[in-house]
Amino acid sequence: MRPSLELRSHTPRSILYLTPVIAALLTAFSGGVLFAALGYPPLEALYAFFIQPLTSLNGLAEIGVKATPLVLIGIGLSIGFRGNVWNIGAEGQLTLGAICGGAVALAFYDVEGVWLLPLMVIAGTLGGMAWGAIPALLKTRFNASEILVSLMLTYVATLFLSYLVHGPLMDPEGFNFPQSRLFHDSALLPTLIPFTRLHLGAAIALFIVVAGWFVMARTLIGFQVKVIGLTPAAGGYAGFSQKKVVWMAFLTSGGLAGMAGLFEVAGPIGQLSPSVSPGYGFTAIIVAFLGRLHPVGILLAGLLMALSYLGGEVVQIELGLPLAITGVFQGMLLFFLLGADLFTRYRLRWNRSPAAGTAAGAARPAEAREEAA
Amino acid sequence: MESFVPFIVIMLGAATPLIFAAIGELVTEKSGVLNLGVEGMMLMGAVSAFAVSITTGSTTLGLLAAIGAGVLMALLFGLLTLTLLANQVACGLALTIFGIGLSSFIGKDYVGKPLDALPSMDLGWLSDIPVLGPVLFSQDLMVYAAIAVVAAVAWFLYHTRAGLVLRAVGESHHAAHAIGYPVIRIRYMAVAFGGAMAGLGGAYLSLAYTPMWVEHMTAGRGWIALALVVFATWRPFRVLLGAWLFGGVTILQLHAQGAGIAVPSQLMSMLPYIATIVVLVLISRDATRIRMNAPASIGKVFHPER
Amino acid sequence: MKTKTWTLTRRAALSLAAGAMALSAAATMPGGAAVAQDDPLKVGFVYVGPVGDHGWTYQHDKGRQAVVEKFGDAVKTTYVESVPEGADAERVINQLAQSGHDLIFTTSFGFMNPTVKVAKRYPDVMFEHATGYKRADNVSTYAGRFYEGRYPIGVMAGRLTESDTIGYIAPFPIPEVVRGINAFTKGLHSVNPDASVKIIYVNSWYDPGKEREAAETLVAQGADILVQHTDSAAPMQLAEEKGLIAFGQASDMSQFGPNAQATAIVDDWSDYYIDRVQAVMDGTWESQDTWGGLNSGMVQLSDFGPKVPEDVAKEATQIVKDIESGDLVIFEGPIKDNAGEVRIAEGEAASEEDLLSMDWYIEGIDAQLPKN
Repeated sequence: MRPSLELRSHTPRSILYLTPVIAALLTAFSGGVLFAALGYPPLEALYAFFIQPLTSLNGLAEIGVKATPLVLIGIGLSIGFRGNVWNIGAEGQLTLGAICGGAVALAFYDVEGVWLLPLMVIAGTLGGMAWGAIPALLKTRFNASEILVSLMLTYVATLFLSYLVHGPLMDPEGFNFPQSRLFHDSALLPTLIPFTRLHLGAAIALFIVVAGWFVMARTLIGFQVKVIGLTPAAGGYAGFSQKKVVWMAFLTSGGLAGMAGLFEVAGPIGQLSPSVSPGYGFTAIIVAFLGRLHPVGILLAGLLMALSYLGGEVVQIELGLPLAITGVFQGMLLFFLLGADLFTRYRLRWNRSPAAGTAAGAARPAEAREEAA
Repeated sequence: MESFVPFIVIMLGAATPLIFAAIGELVTEKSGVLNLGVEGMMLMGAVSAFAVSITTGSTTLGLLAAIGAGVLMALLFGLLTLTLLANQVACGLALTIFGIGLSSFIGKDYVGKPLDALPSMDLGWLSDIPVLGPVLFSQDLMVYAAIAVVAAVAWFLYHTRAGLVLRAVGESHHAAHAIGYPVIRIRYMAVAFGGAMAGLGGAYLSLAYTPMWVEHMTAGRGWIALALVVFATWRPFRVLLGAWLFGGVTILQLHAQGAGIAVPSQLMSMLPYIATIVVLVLISRDATRIRMNAPASIGKVFHPER
Repeated sequence: MKTKTWTLTRRAALSLAAGAMALSAAATMPGGAAVAQDDPLKVGFVYVGPVGDHGWTYQHDKGRQAVVEKFGDAVKTTYVESVPEGADAERVINQLAQSGHDLIFTTSFGFMNPTVKVAKRYPDVMFEHATGYKRADNVSTYAGRFYEGRYPIGVMAGRLTESDTIGYIAPFPIPEVVRGINAFTKGLHSVNPDASVKIIYVNSWYDPGKEREAAETLVAQGADILVQHTDSAAPMQLAEEKGLIAFGQASDMSQFGPNAQATAIVDDWSDYYIDRVQAVMDGTWESQDTWGGLNSGMVQLSDFGPKVPEDVAKEATQIVKDIESGDLVIFEGPIKDNAGEVRIAEGEAASEEDLLSMDWYIEGIDAQLPKN
């Protein structure tokens, strides 16, 4: 007897919800073993990592703050990923969003008004879109790989931000330190819960989750993206081109990343500084897949990733666990979650004879199925 | 002209870790697997090489340890993506997070310890030839090894049966499976080779280039290596050209700064990235040739439905 | 040491209602000086890099370890490493304050505004922010006058160079770095007016590979002495490999350049951290601005290397003494910038503010500091 995998024709709901739970339990168990092996109290560490951040209003709000950019970018990326468009450079688009939106705030540093914040959001979104348009243009016009172009543009964007805060956008009263002026009140996102940092951006991210679900599930555009992703040629017959999907994917994901960047600088940071993001654009790629490219899944995955960062800080503070171990643990968590996804798509079956299975598989290649990415 | 020779010498060194990591990833991708965890594998290679070299006093063992660490990381990735059929892009990124953490943890006790660098080759009179001597005959062994690996991979992919099979698997895993090739096993080997080379790329940094261990010392080189594979349009020798272009422009902008050019350094530092994009655009216009080289099943999960 | 207070910019902090947070804080806080003697004093550290960077953060962590060694069970220290200088910093600092830390050191410039914001919410917690300029009743600032160390090494470089070309590897064009370059060049030109300084910014605080490439480039351009303001020992290793001379940064790097290292500018935070922890224990802590130079021990030169002749070592030692005693003022007028404009008039010395915000190269540096 040996096990083999069989593709499910449909995934039962129970499995869909059960697998992350099993993955979490496995992580908790192996994490406990890891902590114990290194001489840290396992239960305390697990409590500090997963539960403690959730025990205060402020902790919950902070998870929202941390998850907001991840969810926003994850939703945008998921649309492209479904259509096999590989935007690896959301980090750069986020940076441009922060720059453009932030520049508006700084241009009107002495003018207050309710119109300012919407203007910043528009500028940030457009900035992200513009940065995303470069790989889209080079892809559609010159066939240049969007993976490389978007990734390389991330470095360019980060350096550009560094240049700006060391130069043109530097705070004139800041003793030439590399940062901008602080934004004034009407350039800052209002907070949703008093005395926390949870800002309006989180609510907008939730709205985008719903909108993302609607677009993908209920509109023609969503359908087109999915078709192109599965079989690029089929799109041509149906009368829409892959180029259109590339453009749409990059403008959407770039725009949302740009918005996320603006929310960071107009929310918790409150100014432009050399580093506006600790790699949200990259982490959001994991979030998108962890959420199985589904808006609601992305929301949950974003919250979980946020929790894992906060938990990592708590175990450092409470138990003195070095960041390195947190990284290892975070990696394990992701491995279990991604690995356990197997059972949502495949069923385990025990074959009597290994040879029979192989022969049958080889004999019917035409029926073989694959899942894009 | 006087600074041309050192320019080439510096460029060769700067390009070497990129070449190792990129050529490994190229083989992985040619088999149809996209492993974005290069940075994590490089770091594990770097820390293992350093730890073992300093403990045993043997560079050879250090290099072997780097290969071993890279392979183990790659097999972990293989287990997730090839056996458990998990998403390759997400697993690769998770592998990087894991590798950064684990390498920092292993490396804790090795921070601030010195290690003798790999000796440069001294080929007597060969190394003394003007211009050619320093460029061709005075590097450390790994610089040559990197170039040799590229040649070997090119030969393997295009002139051996095994290479043909590997490419077939990357092109259409179902067709390869139908003919009877063990798709998963071949991919495991390709992924492991990618890990071994990434490990060596990391080891080059921690043993030869800057013989020390500091956390996250690869500083994003794994990502550049990934970009170089795409840049090379999956052709081995173009990996060399890409790494040299990237390294060359980097050194060029440093030269310009040293010479006192009045352009903000951040803008100068953008040049290697922009140059790579521009050259990619120039060479990408011939769409059919790229499509021929790009492995068609890259990133796709393979499972023979029964 | 000198105490001075600039007005705080309040705008950003207004969005967070500071008062109510303070209420919840007061409940958990052991309230400033009134720390019970048998409870260990909780001291938190927020690091911008990993403790394994062997540079800036590594040295701060050595300071923390010195605190532990000195006070033993009377203190409990906590650190959070690799905290990004963005939205996360405020949360981490807040977390430390909330979890009962009495004294919190935030060790990077980018933590300035988050530190000030959190400090408003926790008036009973004492904060110490490194390298910034915003203070409050419960926020002190501290920094090292590393430029003081760079003047004597400039003099040494001027004596030791044969090619009259110095290679200088810099991270970012910020005042701290520019001040160092100017002080170094002043020292250099005081003994060797013909020597030139070539500067490369690598746009990173530590990236061994990049630093090595910059160092190699400078050597190719004729430099026989390497100076670095970046953290890794890569330039030192290159100097060792090529038989050149280099000056270490942040820590004594002689193990990476036993022959090459002439001396290193060492950051030593131990005494300061011990003093401040002691002050909290004694109930004497108050907000202040510390800019510690050679005389404070915060900035030190490590032992001279084998390539430093006796007379040069003596000269450098004397200069260090003169700076410590105040006989030698590094930025004493007249000082012109390299465009010929007088920046510090004759008979005057650079003010603290001039130093803090220095964004011009002094006369004799043949490079442009990009202007905005």
